[in-house]
Amino acid sequence: MTAYLWLIPVLPVIGFLINGLIGRRLPKRAVAGVACGVVLASFVLSALAVTELAGMPEDQRYMENRVATWVPAVDAGGGQKGLAVDWLFTLDPLSAVMILIVTGVGFLIHVYSIGYMGEDPGFWRYFTYLNLFMAMMLTLVLGGSFAVMFVGWEGVGLCSYLLIGYFYWKPDCADAGRKAFITNRIGDLAFVIGTLTLFAWFGTLEFRPILQAVTAGQGPAWVLTAVAICLFIGACGKSAQIPLYVWLPDAMAGPTPVSALIHAATMVTAGVYMVCRLSPLYVMSPTALTIVAVTGAATALFAATIGLAQNDIKKVLAYSTVSQLGYMFLAAGVGAFSGAIFHLMTHAFFKALLFLGSGAVIHALHHEQDMMKMGGLKKHLPTTYKVFFCGWIAISGFPFTSGFFSKDEILWRAFQWSPVIWAVAAFTAVLTAFYMTRLMGLTFWGRTRMDHHTEEHVHEVPGVMKRPLITLAVLALLGGFLSVPAALGGHWMPFTLEHWLEPSLAHPEHAEGHGSAAAEYGLMFLSSALAMLTMWFGYNLYHKTPEKAAAWKQRFAGIYEVLKNKYWVDELYDAVVIQNFYRLCRAAYSLDVRVVDGLVHLVRNLTIGFSYLSVFWDTWVVDGLVNLTGRTIRTSSGALRKVQTGFIQSYASAMVFGMFVLICLYMYVS
Amino acid sequence: MFQGLLSTIAYVPLAGALLLLFFPKDSKKAIAWFATAVAGVDFLISLPLFFQWDTSLAGFDPVTLERHSWIPSIGAQYIFGVDGISALFVLLTTLLGVIGALSSWSAITDRVKEYYIFLLLLQTGMLGTFMALDFFLFYVFWEVMLVPMYFLIGIWGGSNKLYAAIKFFLYTLFGSVLMLLGILAVYFYYGAKTGVYTFDIVLLHTLGADPAFFELSRWVFWAFFIGFAIKVPMFPFHTWLPDAHTEAPTAGSVILAGVLLKMGTYGFVRFNLPMLPESSRLYAPYVLALAVIGIVYGALVAMVQRDWKKLVAYSSVSHLGFCMLGVFALNVNGLNGGILQMLNHGLSTGALFLIVGIVYERRHTRLISEYGGLSKQMPVFATIFMIITMSSIGLPVLNGFIGEFTILAGAFQIPADVAINVLGLTLGGKFWAICGVTGIVLGAAYMLWLYQRTMFGGLDNPENQKLKDCNTREVLYLAPLVACCFWIGLYPKPFIDILDKPVAHIVEQLHATGQGYAELGK
Amino acid sequence: MIPTSHMLVFSLILFTIGMVGVLTRRNAIIVMMGIELMLNSANINFIAFSRQLGDLAGQVFSIFTIVVAAGEVAVGLAIILALYRNKDTINVDEVNIMKG
Repeated sequence: MTAYLWLIPVLPVIGFLINGLIGRRLPKRAVAGVACGVVLASFVLSALAVTELAGMPEDQRYMENRVATWVPAVDAGGGQKGLAVDWLFTLDPLSAVMILIVTGVGFLIHVYSIGYMGEDPGFWRYFTYLNLFMAMMLTLVLGGSFAVMFVGWEGVGLCSYLLIGYFYWKPDCADAGRKAFITNRIGDLAFVIGTLTLFAWFGTLEFRPILQAVTAGQGPAWVLTAVAICLFIGACGKSAQIPLYVWLPDAMAGPTPVSALIHAATMVTAGVYMVCRLSPLYVMSPTALTIVAVTGAATALFAATIGLAQNDIKKVLAYSTVSQLGYMFLAAGVGAFSGAIFHLMTHAFFKALLFLGSGAVIHALHHEQDMMKMGGLKKHLPTTYKVFFCGWIAISGFPFTSGFFSKDEILWRAFQWSPVIWAVAAFTAVLTAFYMTRLMGLTFWGRTRMDHHTEEHVHEVPGVMKRPLITLAVLALLGGFLSVPAALGGHWMPFTLEHWLEPSLAHPEHAEGHGSAAAEYGLMFLSSALAMLTMWFGYNLYHKTPEKAAAWKQRFAGIYEVLKNKYWVDELYDAVVIQNFYRLCRAAYSLDVRVVDGLVHLVRNLTIGFSYLSVFWDTWVVDGLVNLTGRTIRTSSGALRKVQTGFIQSYASAMVFGMFVLICLYMYVS
Repeated sequence: MFQGLLSTIAYVPLAGALLLLFFPKDSKKAIAWFATAVAGVDFLISLPLFFQWDTSLAGFDPVTLERHSWIPSIGAQYIFGVDGISALFVLLTTLLGVIGALSSWSAITDRVKEYYIFLLLLQTGMLGTFMALDFFLFYVFWEVMLVPMYFLIGIWGGSNKLYAAIKFFLYTLFGSVLMLLGILAVYFYYGAKTGVYTFDIVLLHTLGADPAFFELSRWVFWAFFIGFAIKVPMFPFHTWLPDAHTEAPTAGSVILAGVLLKMGTYGFVRFNLPMLPESSRLYAPYVLALAVIGIVYGALVAMVQRDWKKLVAYSSVSHLGFCMLGVFALNVNGLNGGILQMLNHGLSTGALFLIVGIVYERRHTRLISEYGGLSKQMPVFATIFMIITMSSIGLPVLNGFIGEFTILAGAFQIPADVAINVLGLTLGGKFWAICGVTGIVLGAAYMLWLYQRTMFGGLDNPENQKLKDCNTREVLYLAPLVACCFWIGLYPKPFIDILDKPVAHIVEQLHATGQGYAELGK
Repeated sequence: MIPTSHMLVFSLILFTIGMVGVLTRRNAIIVMMGIELMLNSANINFIAFSRQLGDLAGQVFSIFTIVVAAGEVAVGLAIILALYRNKDTINVDEVNIMKG
């Protein structure tokens, strides 16, 4: 299987090419068949590869597939390192987890899309882009070097751009796509700086050699810290952390399955994956880890507060995603890298489920996304309600759901690192439970606020959309059992994610295991209690007494406004960054036209001035001399011709006079 | 590959131009076909330079090197030769030549014969410049390039064509005259030193290893610098470019952007670096500063352009700033990346100008605000435009990424003492690279904004609602460029193999005198 | 003997009278007469010196002069006749066609 690792990302490329080139002329079934088929094939291959990997002894779980040279090594003399890049795909426990999530959840979403996008005329285009995305995401996680990973990194950015702007005739969508791409690029700027600094130090871009060198202590600490921070900024861009998260809520303009796949389960997790992949590097720099943790925690809290006041169902889920990504970075920052990946996995399950479920609601209500116009859908959409219920309890951390296990792991490790951070994270968990309950209340419970027309046309989703939903619901409920913590009997489970990921991830010095089991149980109990209390409270508020909710909104109107307007961050960015940027651009153009080109024009005008001077000189001085000569001759000849009188006697007199003068001279001389 | 191949490649267009004189001026189709055929033939006979190139060569290919006596009294010979670097540029020139000719079929309807004659003459001029290995011959061809371009802009250009043509001509002529001064300085120095007065470039390159040459080389460096920097164009000598590009006809813009701009950077690589190594190293910080300013400034100004072609013109300034960053990183990665990026720029910006040309032919306006929502009406065009946009902003899998990434890798290896002092701050080393990296964000910003304003959004303008998508000929001339974008992006090995040894040789020559950078500063 | 100086003075006086006549008289024939007088004064000069120096050349030359004078008078009178026929006058003050 090692030699065929490259097929895993390449199969979706084949789907992309087929659908891209001839998809327009194929019937929808064929397009869907090709698209879903290649993803399923990738999933099967991934499963085979992972099985093979699992069969290897623990400390040798590494498969390397060096397909071809991309940029050949150049002949560099004098200690210079030539850039050499190969198409290198590697599989280790970490990327094994990732490819299974990506292909598995990806496949489910592809199937779902057949139903969701069934009436869209650009069906073939949608699946073309979606397949390309799968290929790029798989390249990202299977990449064995920064260069190959960067191909995937930028590639998923491109696909995100194309898919967010899928309805390109709508200006909002086009804007959102562009915002996503450019915000990502700002992160990529830092990413490239980090990558190339590593290249300048270690002479290679491949992960294995770099991480081995870093672990061995090569490279000064400040360089490693700087690189880690730069790479993290790149991750902030891709995974929507403060301050580069602003593209994610806007990205909801794209089709809902896209939001599920790209902006919940896979692309946004690329940053988390990258940090975990480079855990040996981060472990060498506690400063960087602190920044990661603090940023993660702050983002988690910040986004959760905004989620409380949003009315668009997808926006709530978007901010929820930003918040949960914050959790993942928090986990990474406190050293619980496997916890981050675990939460990544469970989040993929329940967030994809929630998004697809919301897609079902939106689809049923004919593209209505405002929760204020929903309500009481429980009886209209029973299956959707049930799966949504599963997702709700999972994300809120109801005991023994997947979200419970992963979130608790993070909270426990956070507590060990710093109780303050734990408090922030725990409070965020409360908020999470609350806004999700609010979402359930506004959408499914209580009396309906739909207008009659919509209510008549409400219908449950077709089977093709139901089955992925149910699969994801099952995973959301049971997925947590893949990594039961030791305190709850993880030792007896045949498989724990933490153990599986050990070879791939580094552990910081101050690592885990300091707290007592009692503390762990206590925290677990506390968080479960908080979760259930919040859910019950929210249920009462939104189901039983919705008027109270409205009253509360009135009481806290000021705060509500701030949250609803997302702290006016976008407006702030626009005023401070974007407008000034445009001013700078206009100033630069002005400078170019007036000053730089002005200098050129000045030279031109000086030259023309000089040429006028030359004309003057030539006409009056040079030519003047010529004219002067002529005039002199004419004047003198005018004077001299007076001698010619025409009278003979005057000529004769002249002769006589002349003779006289000559004779005098002759006599005088001799 | 045989002796005389290079002259054949260079003079086939000239022969074509002469034959065109006999065509009656009304048979426009025949003229267009013939000219395109000539350009096509020229391209085909230049292909051996790529496919049969000996990649172990570090210098000029001895098989195709031609040397004939020309003006012995002053030491000027007729020497044509290529090394890996110029071979790639020759191919770029011939490819863009045939594409330019093909794209002009529907764009030029007036005075067609003269147009194609000038186009072919321009080809000869450009090819001769890349192949000439004698300074005198080089200068002759360098000047020969200017005249047809002037006419192309001045006769078939846009509304402000005369201003643009004259500005282009005089500005670049000014630069070339200074370059001539430099050439003569080197000529006389070499003659005084060895007693042999010659313009032979290979011989004059040996001056690079002569420590006594350093004093004079400082002046020569700046003389050459002005000449080449105007052509590149580097900030602040770039203001002729927006006007020339905007007013030129489509094929003129393509060739101007694709090839003529490369003359400047080629000049730096062929002359400044190997022949004046210490000066290059000494003055590298200043050149890097201008290059980096060019990257950022070009992008900033491109953001606020309302004219489509002017936007692409300023993007050229930005991209060539990248190339100059690579070249003056003075290491293997930077130089490889810089030269590769020059090729990439020729391909992708050439394609961008062709794309503008397609819509301009249909709507006769270059104002971006006149367009919008074209994706719906012209899907093939939109796809090609998207691919080229992505190439321009350096998306991996396409050619721009390879060039940019290699340049940045080289830039990150610039030693910290290559620095300038500004207001007490020493800016150097990684600073250049970090400034250069901002170019990737700015590039994405203006290109995506352009794409959105023209292609996305509603198809509101009624005049856009009946536009036809690309016809076969248009796809035919864009396809090779798109294909090359993917080729270089996915499999750059053949190109880098060709460049590898010559670049290593140049880097070696840069350190020929073995003086460290610090010692040069006196 | 008559001293040579007497003859020279005599010749001078004749020459002067002739010259005055040439320069001041209006009638062309009178001008011709004045010219004759000047020529004859030159003759007397020749003879005076021939007598003094005992050389016959002077007398021979004076005969030449007489012949030349005769020829010159003939031509001159012919010119005056032609002038009279064209201009109807022989007043030299009225003839200045050659004025520059």
